Amino acid sequence: MPQVIGVPKETAAGEKRVATVPEVVEKLIKLGFKLAVESGAGDAANFSDDVYRAAGAEIVAGAAKLWAASDIVFKVRGPSAEEIGLMREGGTLVSFIWPAQNPELLQQLAAKKATVLAMDSVPRISRAQKLDALSSMANIAGYRAVIEAAHHFGRFFTGQITAAGKVPPAKVFVIGAGVAGLAAIGTASGLGAIVRANDTRPEVGDQVKSMGGEFVTVDYQEEGTGVGGYAKVMSEGFLKAQAAVFAKQAKDVDIIITTALIPGRPAPKLITAEMVQSMKPGSVIVDMAAEQGGNCELTVPHQVTVKHGVTIIGYSDLPSRLSKQSSTLYATNLFRLSEELCKTKDGIINVNMEDEVLRGTTVVKEGNITWPPPAPKLSAAPPAVAKPAAAPAAKGKGHGHGGGGEPASATRTAVMFGIAALVFWFVGANAPAAFLAHFTVFVLACFVGYMVVWNVTPALHTPLMSVTNAISSIIAIGALVQIAPPLVGGGAARPEQWIHWLAWVGIALTAINMFGGFAVTQRMLQMFRK
Amino acid sequence: MSATLATASYIGATILFILSLGGLSNPENSRRGNLYGVIGMTIAVLATVSGPHVTSAGYAWIIGAMLIGGSIGLYAARVVRMTQMPELVALMHSLVGLAAMLVGFANYIDPAASAEFSGAAKSIHEMEIYIGILIGAVTFTGSVIAFGKLSGKIGGSPMLLPGRHWMNLAGLLVVIWFGREFLHAESIDAGMMPLVVMTVIALLFGIHMVMAIGGADMPVVISMLNSYSGWAAAATGFMLSNDLLIVVGALVGSSGAILSYIMCRAMNRNFISVIAGGFGTEGGAPAAAGGTQPAGEVNPILAAETAELLRESKNVIIVPGYGMAVAQAQHTVYEITRFLREKGVNVRFGIHPVAGRMPGHMNVLLAEAKVPYDIVMEMDELNADFPNTDVAMVIGANDIVNPAAQDDPTSPIAGMPVLEVWKAKTSIVMKRSMATGYAGVDNPLFYKDNNRMLFGDAKKMLDQVLTALKA
Repeated sequence: MPQVIGVPKETAAGEKRVATVPEVVEKLIKLGFKLAVESGAGDAANFSDDVYRAAGAEIVAGAAKLWAASDIVFKVRGPSAEEIGLMREGGTLVSFIWPAQNPELLQQLAAKKATVLAMDSVPRISRAQKLDALSSMANIAGYRAVIEAAHHFGRFFTGQITAAGKVPPAKVFVIGAGVAGLAAIGTASGLGAIVRANDTRPEVGDQVKSMGGEFVTVDYQEEGTGVGGYAKVMSEGFLKAQAAVFAKQAKDVDIIITTALIPGRPAPKLITAEMVQSMKPGSVIVDMAAEQGGNCELTVPHQVTVKHGVTIIGYSDLPSRLSKQSSTLYATNLFRLSEELCKTKDGIINVNMEDEVLRGTTVVKEGNITWPPPAPKLSAAPPAVAKPAAAPAAKGKGHGHGGGGEPASATRTAVMFGIAALVFWFVGANAPAAFLAHFTVFVLACFVGYMVVWNVTPALHTPLMSVTNAISSIIAIGALVQIAPPLVGGGAARPEQWIHWLAWVGIALTAINMFGGFAVTQRMLQMFRK
Repeated sequence: MSATLATASYIGATILFILSLGGLSNPENSRRGNLYGVIGMTIAVLATVSGPHVTSAGYAWIIGAMLIGGSIGLYAARVVRMTQMPELVALMHSLVGLAAMLVGFANYIDPAASAEFSGAAKSIHEMEIYIGILIGAVTFTGSVIAFGKLSGKIGGSPMLLPGRHWMNLAGLLVVIWFGREFLHAESIDAGMMPLVVMTVIALLFGIHMVMAIGGADMPVVISMLNSYSGWAAAATGFMLSNDLLIVVGALVGSSGAILSYIMCRAMNRNFISVIAGGFGTEGGAPAAAGGTQPAGEVNPILAAETAELLRESKNVIIVPGYGMAVAQAQHTVYEITRFLREKGVNVRFGIHPVAGRMPGHMNVLLAEAKVPYDIVMEMDELNADFPNTDVAMVIGANDIVNPAAQDDPTSPIAGMPVLEVWKAKTSIVMKRSMATGYAGVDNPLFYKDNNRMLFGDAKKMLDQVLTALKA
């Protein structure tokens, strides 16, 4: 018996998104599910009931009927109190929940014996990127933020020289280079603006540049990367240095877009009233952190206000303002989650708590609150990765091999030395002097070889092998001295013929190596060119 | 030439050989390095021939042998294709091994050679012969099998006999036992039997060892055999009390050992487990070893769309693997590279240390195709650049671009350094089919949203891409 996925109309005021789109309905049906969509659910995102019906969904009139019919409910916003009332006992809900901010919502859902997957709690690991709804929404929000800013800004973004005079390009400053920030940088530079950006995490500098922005650094030593690739709270000294940078930018730029968020905390106040005052009249601030309190002191959440001649946009529904796009991406994220939930493709979900992605996403399991999840094993960008990646480059010359890798531990070194000492003692105590002389040469030659070969660039490893091959034909000397030696006291029965032919074949074989090896090395080396 | 003068010449030759290896530290002075090697070898041979150990009676024979061997060698060096380099190198290793064996036997049956030794010195001398022949024999057959595997004359999959470790151990014990017999032999004839038995066992061991190793572990095997051929030369040097042989043998031996180490590290495997053979044999069936099997849809792409993507990008990284060598696609790759570079696209190559079948194999192939070496980068040099890359093209490689090595601690290849192509905006993987790589691990890269699969023969598909680019 396949389970029914229900998609109700969003009830939050102004919410235009819908949790599934016709294209995804078809894919979900292929996974074995049945789809029920509330009548009018997609209207605000320009998806009519008819299109859903054509894709194979059943259209249900009224929220009560839909909730009653659904085993699993897909939503965008977290459920309201009424919706929880409508929810089936023991049902499954997938939506944004924000468990850290809404503990009482979690309690109510747990009381319903529900299983709840929070799309805002998807772990930040590579495998889960395809269902990371936060990223897909942030991308849209970043784009829309620039569009909103352009709408309220009285000038072009791009610089132009027209018959009517010269237009300077707009200067945009983006604070926070996460997904939303990067999308904003890309959009603004696409419109022709000069874009600068700042982030507490130094490693995103290259990403900013790749989107066409200029990375503005705060000159203060502190690593700003927290767990899971998100930002963390910074020290006071850093904040002072940062404020100085922002104040300078505020005087210069026309548009500020702030996206700074720290998981589970109110948004940091980065733009003070004085900074707003110092901005040119007609400037625009888009505060994308408005819902979490805002990055600007003067932000009024959900509204556009004008203070000191600066338009401050505090919309918290930017993705919803691009409802068709955001619904499509969100629906695709939900589809990817459904794939994880239903690997058997028989329309029955299995919330496997052993799976790292599902474990992290599930905040309530059959009435038990399972949030927060244990720390992720591997984060999207482990902080440690940046360092070793940079280290070989710092060694210069590009050979990348320092000469034996990491230093061995002290005990291991001690053991090695012990063994070596024993071997040398044994040799020294037993071997005759002539042997020792050769042995010395041998050991020293090993060291010379070690030093020399570590310097060989990896690109030339094949020529190295062929040239060592050629050189090892030095064994010919062994054969040469045997083929026709001067005989001293030749009385002993010497198997002349045997030795002669063995040596002759030996010379011929090594000659192949000698000539062939050097010739082929030369041939290869001649091919290496700039 | 007197004995002292010969020795002095040997010192000169030694220095030239060291300079020769040192010259390979960068492509610019590498050709001079090779020249040093040639000069060193010439000096060494001439000094020996004109030295006190060779009488004029041998000159004709020596010249004859040199002419025959030299022409074969030069001919082989001229006709070999760059894709066949690993085979040629393996074959040459086997010659060194065989020569070491022959020299060892010749030295043993020559009563004049050991006449000057007595007591402990005689035992040591005999031990040197024994060990020299042992290493030579293992190198010989091991290299022959490696040649067979590389040229496809022998199947590439590992042959795992039941109880193979016990067989090897038994072989070792027998070798030690006969070594004792050999040292205590009264006469040369009495010592011959243990020596021959040991040689046979060593030959069999060489075959067995390399048979048990799979195709993609070949870079390690080749470097290891390279190392062995060096040690064989060093052992011969001890046997003949010749410092030049000892030094050169030690140089070659340590060079091969370092290469083996680099290759092992690049695969995150330890040397013993590579030599012991198979992949993941300790952890049950290779395919079942992965904890979570990646799932999802792969996104196929056509050659024309690939060309479109390439044309629109600013930064492209190409990651070649053994598949490119098999398909002989390197020239087309170069044509595409040249076309894109003329259009101002920054095209670079990312080479994993174990890509191909021998160390540096990919570099040589690309160099042959005239790809300038300054755009061919090592893994560490450009791994950080993938996020800024528009298109990462993977040509005939699999395990070396597998994100499971980083993300999935239960994966058999967990911890192996890989090229992070999935961080590029789009990655394109060229493959014949969805088959797994050598490690038998499914590759989550194929299922990523930003990955596209271009199925088909690498050469054919790249030709189509090139045509589409030029259209």
